[in-house]
Amino acid sequence: MTLVKFLATRLATLVFVLLTVSFLTYALFVLLPADPAQLACGRPCTPERLETARAFMGLDRSVVEQWWEFVRGVFTGRTFGSAGASIDCPRPCLGYSFARNAPVTELIAGRFGVTASLAIGAAVLWLVVGVGAGAVAAVRRGTALDRGLMIGAITGVSAPSYLVGLLGILLFGFTLDMVPVSGYVPFAQSPVDWAWHLVLPWSVLALLSAAVYTRLTRSQMLEELGSPYVRTARAKGITERRVVTRHALRNAAIPVVTLFALDLGALLGGTVITERVFSMPGVGALLMEAVGATDVPLLVGVTVFTAAIVVIANLAVDVVYGVLDPRVRRGGRTR
Amino acid sequence: MSLDRSDELVAPTSSAASGAVADSAVADSAVAAVGRVSLWRRLARDRFALVGAVVAVAYALVALAAPLITRALGVDPYTYDLDALGPTGAPAGPLGGISAEHWFGVEPLTGRDLFAIVVMGSRTSLLVGLGATVVSMLVGTVLGLVAGYFGGWVDWVVARLVDVLIGLPALVFMIAVGAVAPEWFPRLLLLVLVIGLFGWSSIARVVRGQVMALRASGFVRASQALGASHAHVLFRQVLPNLASTVVVFATISIPGAIGSEAALSFLGVGVPPPTPSWGRSIGDAVTWFSVDPVYLLFPGLALFGVTLAFNAFGDGLRDALDPRGGGSNRRRRRGGAR
Repeated sequence: MTLVKFLATRLATLVFVLLTVSFLTYALFVLLPADPAQLACGRPCTPERLETARAFMGLDRSVVEQWWEFVRGVFTGRTFGSAGASIDCPRPCLGYSFARNAPVTELIAGRFGVTASLAIGAAVLWLVVGVGAGAVAAVRRGTALDRGLMIGAITGVSAPSYLVGLLGILLFGFTLDMVPVSGYVPFAQSPVDWAWHLVLPWSVLALLSAAVYTRLTRSQMLEELGSPYVRTARAKGITERRVVTRHALRNAAIPVVTLFALDLGALLGGTVITERVFSMPGVGALLMEAVGATDVPLLVGVTVFTAAIVVIANLAVDVVYGVLDPRVRRGGRTR
Repeated sequence: MSLDRSDELVAPTSSAASGAVADSAVADSAVAAVGRVSLWRRLARDRFALVGAVVAVAYALVALAAPLITRALGVDPYTYDLDALGPTGAPAGPLGGISAEHWFGVEPLTGRDLFAIVVMGSRTSLLVGLGATVVSMLVGTVLGLVAGYFGGWVDWVVARLVDVLIGLPALVFMIAVGAVAPEWFPRLLLLVLVIGLFGWSSIARVVRGQVMALRASGFVRASQALGASHAHVLFRQVLPNLASTVVVFATISIPGAIGSEAALSFLGVGVPPPTPSWGRSIGDAVTWFSVDPVYLLFPGLALFGVTLAFNAFGDGLRDALDPRGGGSNRRRRRGGAR
């Protein structure tokens, strides 16, 4: 398969998945007992007023039509209602929250900084810690250090993040009074406060994810260290340090980077639990607020946004992989 | 998804490379080459895995005997005991109200016995964990079987299903489904179905890979030549060869499913009160833990313990089946972890 054809296939998959996900989301939320029109209609809610509200919100049409309007709105923007009393939702329009009187895109944009700060900082931390620990464990295979690191990793994999987060708050926040236990300060306002508020959430997220990377890096490293090219490199008299860092680690890193991109994508879509534990107003918190208020347009918008990030991260991984490794293109799928 | 850690719960569980490695690793070596005897011997050498197995069995026994245990002690997770509470609603006495009567203390505001809640909570946890795993394994194995065996458009459809599944933010969707489902639908069953239906992609992928390898083998060809139906070949000839793979994957999936239930309950969209659930207790403990950290401790330790036990055992089982891999090649699905 040529590179162009490969890219086209992956892109088509991306479009297909996003359309399917948005449709599923729509189909699902239509079933919600909460009727946004009913909520917005006010009292007394006469049948006529309800009808007007439904027409205004576009709820008088079939699910498929509503969904198609939504998809179109992402590219062209939408206008709810007609001239005189209309609401504009500029593109990319992910819907309009009538409960909050704001376009969903705007609401997400207002929260995304928190989630991005949380996700990117944690990701950098866990990548360094996880890959470092995994490489050390592989090089020192069979030693007490290896065993200890691996038991530590499986413990980390097993610990629920909210539990670790709460214990961290208890220890470092309340008992030692070292770091703030909740809230978020924008980077632009005060970079120091920003980092200070994020230290604990970063550590918690990173600690747990690092465990997965430790295990993956270790097993990949062991495979690479046992392969012929490493033997050749050693036979040539290259220092062990160089063999490990320049040869083995570089190849072992490929699957690690893949996983990293996927994880980061998933995190950017919202860190629901971490945001809840540390009371941070990110995209995940927005979602939970939407659930609490059964704000259907907001629920749909956030879900589609999250799905888009995950799918794009998947695509990015596939593309980078396909460009780097011709075998992937030939084999078609990698998963 | 890992519901992952990722998002959270969600972690897309596939990774291009590690998946491929696991495919081949589990597929060719393991099962056929390793005799049952040496499997047990290898497993017996892995003390960490053995301890995991023992602890997992202990949890299962506690879950089975939970009503007997609580009745024998004269406690139950539903009875209010307001006498055990102080004036603020926090448990009276130090350490969350631990006493001879209430071994783990009591729940704030209600005074319900925390020991009974933790013990009965094991039923919820294991029921959802095992149930969801069964759903995942059934769906994943069947889809993997047909995709690998028939190939062509069937394979294409299954591949697209996996694409969509990985694209869906699992935690978000589970929350949404929980909000949408009608009141009369049993919540535990809903959790089992939802968590199970989000967890089948990795097993389907691995089964598909193995079936594609088996499809070309002599016994399958012979069976086909003798006129056996597709169903017979798939379920009687091919499926038995996949047994150990499915068992390993099931073991590895259980902690993820348990974690998902706990995460959803933690967020307040899982098991509804008053059914005991560790995740919900941990969620409730959030507002109390500056005055009553013990309330967080016991459900938290219970959840952590069962996850660790299954992870340790599953890991050992996989290593025993696949002696080549110096550890895990595959990323496990994680609990609602992030």
